[in-house]
Parts: sequence; C-alpha cells; structure tokens
Amino acid sequence: MSYSVVVIGGGATGTGTARDLAMRGFDVTLVERGNLTEGTTGRTHGHLHSGGRYAVSDQESAIDCMQENRILHRIAGHCIEDTGGLFVQLEGDSDEYFHKKLEGCADCGIPTEVISGEQARRQEPHLTKRVKRAIRVPDGAIDPFRLCVANAADAVDHGARVETHAEVVDLVVEDGRVTGVEIERKGPNYLGNGREGQTAVIEADYVVSATGAWASQIAEMADVDLEMAISKGAMVVTNVRQIDTVINRCLPKGDGDTIIPHETTVLLGANDDPVDDPDDYPEEQWEVDMMIDLASEMVPITAEARMIRAYWGVRPLYDPDPDSTKESGDVTRNYFVLDHAERDGIEGFSSIVGGKLTTYREMAESASDHVCDVLGVDADCRTHEEPLPGSSDISVLEDQMENFGLRSPIARRSTQRLGDRAADVLSTKEPNPTVCECEAVTRAEIQDAIDGVGADPNGIRLRTRASMGNCQGGLCSHRISAEIYPKHDAVTARDSLDQLYQERWKGQRHTLWGRQLSQAMLNHLLHATTMNHDADPAVGGPSVDYEAFDGGRTDSHTEEIHGD
Amino acid sequence: MAIESEVLVVGGGLAGITSAIAAAREGADVRLVCHKRTSLRQASGLIDGLGYVPSRTDPYAADEITQQRKDFRTVRTERGEYMGPLVSPFDGFDDLPGSHPYSIVGPEALREGFALFDEITGDMYRGSHTDRNALVPTFGGTIKPTARYPRAVEAGLASDSRPMAIIGFRSLTDFDARMVADSLELADVPFEVTGAEVEFAEAFRADTKITRLAKALDHDELIDGTPARTALAAAVDPHVGDAERVGFPALLGDDNTAEVRADLGERLGVDVFEIPMGPPSLLGLRLEDRLYDALDAAGVRFVTGNPVVDYETRANEPHRIDAVTVSHKGREVPYSAEQFVLATGGFVGKGLDSDRQKVREPVFGCHIPQPADRYDWFVDDAFGDHPYARFGVRPNESMQPLGPDGRSEFENLYAAGSVVGGADIAREKSASGVSLATALVAGRSAADSVR
Repeated sequence: MSYSVVVIGGGATGTGTARDLAMRGFDVTLVERGNLTEGTTGRTHGHLHSGGRYAVSDQESAIDCMQENRILHRIAGHCIEDTGGLFVQLEGDSDEYFHKKLEGCADCGIPTEVISGEQARRQEPHLTKRVKRAIRVPDGAIDPFRLCVANAADAVDHGARVETHAEVVDLVVEDGRVTGVEIERKGPNYLGNGREGQTAVIEADYVVSATGAWASQIAEMADVDLEMAISKGAMVVTNVRQIDTVINRCLPKGDGDTIIPHETTVLLGANDDPVDDPDDYPEEQWEVDMMIDLASEMVPITAEARMIRAYWGVRPLYDPDPDSTKESGDVTRNYFVLDHAERDGIEGFSSIVGGKLTTYREMAESASDHVCDVLGVDADCRTHEEPLPGSSDISVLEDQMENFGLRSPIARRSTQRLGDRAADVLSTKEPNPTVCECEAVTRAEIQDAIDGVGADPNGIRLRTRASMGNCQGGLCSHRISAEIYPKHDAVTARDSLDQLYQERWKGQRHTLWGRQLSQAMLNHLLHATTMNHDADPAVGGPSVDYEAFDGGRTDSHTEEIHGD
Repeated sequence: MAIESEVLVVGGGLAGITSAIAAAREGADVRLVCHKRTSLRQASGLIDGLGYVPSRTDPYAADEITQQRKDFRTVRTERGEYMGPLVSPFDGFDDLPGSHPYSIVGPEALREGFALFDEITGDMYRGSHTDRNALVPTFGGTIKPTARYPRAVEAGLASDSRPMAIIGFRSLTDFDARMVADSLELADVPFEVTGAEVEFAEAFRADTKITRLAKALDHDELIDGTPARTALAAAVDPHVGDAERVGFPALLGDDNTAEVRADLGERLGVDVFEIPMGPPSLLGLRLEDRLYDALDAAGVRFVTGNPVVDYETRANEPHRIDAVTVSHKGREVPYSAEQFVLATGGFVGKGLDSDRQKVREPVFGCHIPQPADRYDWFVDDAFGDHPYARFGVRPNESMQPLGPDGRSEFENLYAAGSVVGGADIAREKSASGVSLATALVAGRSAADSVR
C-alpha cells in the first residue's frame, strides 16, 4: 500500500514535487486554486539563472542555480532557450564590483568570460555605446508554462491526480495532525468532477504546501504561524526582440535591470518591493516607468519600443533571520523545507518556501526527500535524470518542422512549443488554420489545450501562447472562444471570451500609449462596435424589443442585380 | 510653387470624403490629401447612428490598480447601465452630455449627413426608408443596432421573423456558425436559427485570405474542377432545412457580390445575406471603393499615399493656416488653401498619437483635453467608460477645434470624424454617424468661409 500525499500549489515547485513523489511511488493529488502556473510561476521573468546574479551576495543560491541550470538542460530542453547572458558594465559602473562578480562566479563554479565593450556590441548591436565591458555567463530563458505543464503531465503519467481550479479552503487537523485538505471548486469552466462552489475533502497521509507566496495563508489553516518575506516585481513586455541575449547590469543593487528575450518578445524587469498580501497589492505607474528607464540605459531603443503589456509577480521569499535583513532585495533566494511537526508541533504537514524558478527541481527533490524521511519510505529521486515529456528527444524537432502542412514559420513555432509531442498534436485530417496569428498558434494546438484544460481560456493561453502577442487577444480571443465550442456549450464559450478579453486588458492598461493605445482602440472597436459584445443581451446586456426595429424594406425579398 | 485649392481636406476616410463632397456641393474648389485611405478595412461596413447611450463614470473616482483578481462576471454586472438599444438614433440625443459632438451639431446635422451618405451610396445601402435602427446579427453571435446597412446584410435583420440558417467554413476561424446560432437564440431573437459549418475553403491552401475566396466566387473559378458557386451551394444545401434566409461570413464576392448572392440564393431557394466581419472587412472595402468613386464624381481632386507632416502660417497671422506640407516620397510639397478640414481619424487612423506623457494631434498640434496622468486614461473594465475612447479635439458648433482657452485654434480649420472627441463611439455604436454629422458641418462651414 502506498502513502497518499496532497501537494498544494500548481506552480513549478508544486508540479515538480508531485512528479517527484509520483515517480517514487506515492499516491499523489495536486490541488491548485486556478490554472497551473497561475501564481508566481506564471508571473516570473522566465530567467534561467546561471547563478551569476547571486554570485556576490548570495553564494549558496548561486551554486544551486548553476547546478540546476545544467540539469534542466538535460531534462527540460524544450522549455529552454540558450540565449547566454551578459553582465554589462557601463561607464561609471564600479570596477571593484565587476571584479567581485568575476570572483564570485569562480567561487560558485559559474563559467565566465570577460569581453570588451566592442565585442559585447558586436554580439548585441543595440547595447549602449556606454558599455565598457561585459561578463559572459550561461544564463538563458525558460518557459515556465511549458515546464509546469510537462511536470504535471509526467506526474499524471506516474499515477498522480492533478486538480486545477480547486482552492484549498481548509486543512483538516485532527489531534495535532493534518489528515487532509478541504477544497472548493472554482471558476465557471472547471474541468472534471464537480461544479463551481462545491466542496470536497481529500484525505492524505501527508500534505505538502508548495504555495510559495501564499504559504502563510495555508499554514494559518492549521494555526501555524509562518511569516513570509514576499516582494513584488513588475515586468514590461515589448513587441519584438531587440536583443537575443539575457542582459544584466553589473551593479550591486539588482532592481529592474535585467532584460530577457522570450519567444517574440523581450521582458524588462523587475523591481523588488515588499508587499503584504500576494493577492492584493498595487500595480504602480512608477514601476512601469522605472523598468523602461533602467532597461533603456543598457539598451537605448527599448525606450522607443512598443510595449504590449506589463505584469507583476510576487516572490515567495522566506527570511530565516528577519532581524538582520535590511531591505527586501537582501532577502536570501535560498529555499527551506519547513517541517511543521518539528517547528510547530503539527504532524503530517510541511511547507516548501523561498527559492527560484531555476531551482524548482531541487526544491521538489528536498520536499520529496523530507516526505520519504517522515513516512519512512526508501525511494530515490530520479527527476534529475528522467527527461520531461516533450524533452525526451529534442533532435526530432528539426525534422518535424515541415511535416504538418503548416507554413514554415508557423510550423517552427508550433514544434518549438510542443517539443517531441508535436507529431501527436499536429497530425490532423481536419483543416488546421491559424487561430492566433501573432503567436502562430493553429487550431490543432488549441484543441489539444482544450482537451487538457477544458473551457478555461487562460489555461489555453498559458499552454499555447495564443493571445499573448501584439494584438493581446483583440483578433483572436473570439476565435479561441469559437474553438471551445462545441466541446463546451455556447454560454461557456461566450464566457470564456469575456474572461480572456478582460484578463488581457488587465496587463495592457499599463502600456496604453503609442501604438499599443492604437491597438487598444482597434480592439475596442472590433469587440464593442462590430461584435457588440459590451451590450450583448445574451450575457446580461440590455434586453431587446425586436418588433420595434427596422425589419428591412418590404420589397427587399426580390432582389435586383445591378452591380453593387 | 504651392498646390492650391479653396478647401483642402486632410484625411481620406468616411469623414474626409464626406466633408470634401459636402464642401464641393457648396460650390467650393476642393482637394483632398491623405496618407492611407480609409480604415474601413477594419470596420464592419455598417453605418451606425446611435445605438445606445451608456452611462458615464467618473474616471478620477477609479480605484488604485491592484493585483486583486476580479471575476469577469462581477466586471460584467458592475458595468454601468446602457440606455438602449435605441429604436431610433434620435431618441438618445437628449441624454448625451453637452460635450458630445451630436449635442454640439444637433440632430439635423446627422439627418443631413445620412441623406448625403444615401445619395452617395444609392442602392448599395438600405435603411433610409425609416428613422428606426435595424438590428444586424454580428459574427460575435449577438445583434447590434445600426442606421444604414449594406443591401447584402438586409435579409439577415433580426426583426424579420423568417427562419434563418447561418453558415461557417471549417477553415475560417473567426466564428463557429453553430455557436452564433446558439448565441442568437440566447439573445431571444424572434426567429428559428440553425448553424452549420461546411467544408468549402479547404480546396484553397491553409490560411487563404478572405479576399482570395471572394475573388474565387466573383469569377466562379473552378475549384478541383467544380465552379466555386456550384461547390459552395452543394456544400450548404444539406443544411438549409426550413430556413428561408441563409447567412454567410461577408466574403461573397467583391466586384460582383450582388450576382454571387443572387446566384447562391437561386440555387438554394432562399434569400442570402452576409454577416459583417472584422478585418479584412469586405463590406468596408466595398464601401471604400464606392466613396472614392463618389469623391471623383463630385469633382474633388485627391492624392493618397502621402502624409501631411507640417503646416505653415504667415508671420503676421499665426492663427490662420496658409498651407500644409505634404511629404511626397521625402520631398516636401506645400498645399495651400483658404480653408482646411482635419479628418485624420482617431487612434486607429493615426489622427491621434501619444507617448507615455501625452496625447497629441500630430498635424496641427490641436488641443486634446486629457487627464495629465495616463493611468486616468482608462478604467478597469475592458468595456467600461474609457476616457481614451473619447479623446479628440473639442470643437465649436462650426466644428472648429478649440484651444484650452475655449477659442478656435485657427480661424480657417474645421475638424470631422474620429479626430473629434467627446463621443464614446465604440460603446454608443455611433462611429459612422459622428463622422457623417461632423463632416457635413465641417465641409459646409469650410466652403461657406471661402472668401
């Protein structure tokens, strides 16, 4: 008989832990209140760290980053873009810190190469002329959505259950032991058993909270006091790739000075400011302006770039020694497995907090090791060896590019996203038109996502990138809705449109100037004027007295033909 | 040597063309210059007057933006009240704020604007027989009120009780016809409606443009050996059932669209209509062609493809425009005139431009009233009362743009169309009507002022 474990949280750490435990033979249920990646994971910078960023101030984290960076290249190749990274020193930036950075990298086993300003500009022509020199490090870009979905899919393949839109509303505590979780089904388009608002108890021999920034809220349900040191960061998205390398400023204070290429975009970010509530903190104009201003010091054309949206994430930091830490940026990026039996006298429950996206796998391994220890199970971790689904044979990618009757740029984007699953997803006898032109997503890929997440448009978006390009869903949100039908009824599909359109609007509000403001007006005219979705009587808009309106000219039913 | 005219219209959209024709009809010698033609490619081709009066909210009362999630259903229920759909555009005039262009020019300007449009478009458009709005099915599966509609759309009106079938094509992604039918039922339309997705465009390569399909139907091209219209009728026929009218996405031909429609109707034994679509909108493109023909017929000389980049005044007359500078492939040519009409469009047509600090009118630098903080340009509901959607020049009753002091910026400048602020055109369904009414007044005022 295997032990049952509930993992709370559908981010990288949660899906990674679910996968690890499932591979070790546990009976795992993962519960997530929204979509996979809906918390911090889906709102990161997507920076695959070399550790260079922490090589001076936080060497333990730096060493972990470099080790995990190497492992992720082996197991998650289809989620990674090997862009390489540069720490750039601009005129006036400290020489002393530049040397400290080099030494720190050496201490942590991070390979470096110093290049001249001229070489740096040859590699990245849009870098400022003020660049003196740069340190090359093995940074990269990682797609957190693909990563999480692959972890969750593999967990399921190893027998786990993954319940999204299932919010933990209480922990079941009996005699000082957590024996399960009570969940409530969320959202109108929940896929699976149950209906919105329904509750259920899932019993478990052990519960792992991998809820990151939300860890205090979960802990409190067992009367455990867990204080997190969470902080927010803004990221601004440009519409084209001005650079192809991760660019960091080589300065001690890392606040909004990293530029990361991702797919067709570049992400500017991120500041580091403490917040109290991970669900309710201000998104402020100065943050957006600061990201653009800091990025343009390194890459001046970003000041002129078209920004398509901004988003915020909240770091799941934990400070073991808050009295000695001065500012949010100084809190360690290290991770901690908190055993609430030892720490708080509550058995059967631990929280994994802190850490980085780059170190998610190691965090999952530690959390799983801990579960094994507590339950007395002898099983080794294999997640550092076994590739994730999609990444088992990356070499097939190139061969598949032209195979699916798709024009080649679309085929390339699709196969990059799908990895070695491309053949399964894209082989279809049906017409396979492009649904999202900005991100080159075809019907087959959308349908595959709908099979995975149901009518949840944000789940579809995260899996496929549909609606994440220039038009921000203006030209495709209604198409995605049409794809949801008839697998789901018209009401559900219509609701999905509103849900997606409103979600896309949320991020665009921060970048409403220049061409993106023109785009917003065009979207508004298409959806409000042409489709009249704002006043739709089918979803609560004003009702209509059809008889009172013009029914057409009475003679109209016999048409004449003379060239209109 | 400057190119001269009495009235020079800057902008080639619905408002520019209408104002040029209105001025020419007053006897003025008119010239029109524009960078791009219309933005009708993006528009449905329907001529809306006023469909709703949505309630206005105070943007300054908006909450701080937070990360807090809001369920889209809550957003929907918190949206302000809409008055409408208005049975007639003129029913809503009294409820519009004083800053609305309709309040400034009055209902007669809209009536005359419609009358001019009716003359220009002749039998191509319908709706002039009544003041009442018509309800047109949209490709989003709902209905919208409009004042004038292409003849191609007429058989689809929602106040007609005949049973309807809607046809979609599997290889087109903009809508699923079955979902549109279900959605129309949810909107309680007074007729039976069914939807069917058929295979037709599959014979073309993936992602074939709508304009390409229209051409194939125009010329009844052979598709795998079968004429296009025969193939389409055969694909649709099994799905007609009891329907007396059948709707298609608007791609039924371009130059010969009436013939395509009639041909299909005859083969299927029903009335055939088109559902207005988003970009590229064939109904919009067909209207654009008609408008340029009318411009030509009215004797207006026009040049397209050249942006206006600047303007000139005489030293002693800073409030009188002497000429605008037009860039002809990098060479700057002055176009001088006695009177000027600014009809460059809104944010979509690039008649309004903005950066992180400010919204500007780029040709003459006309005053655009706006909140100083760009976070006051919008509200949190995507379909809310956005200040940005109402940005534009503030005109007087002759459509002269006013400066911050409330006096006209230039004594010989008039504005028309989406560059004029104050209307919430998207939510009101008033875009074309505002263009026609303001263009009529601007064109006439300009012609009347010719010395």
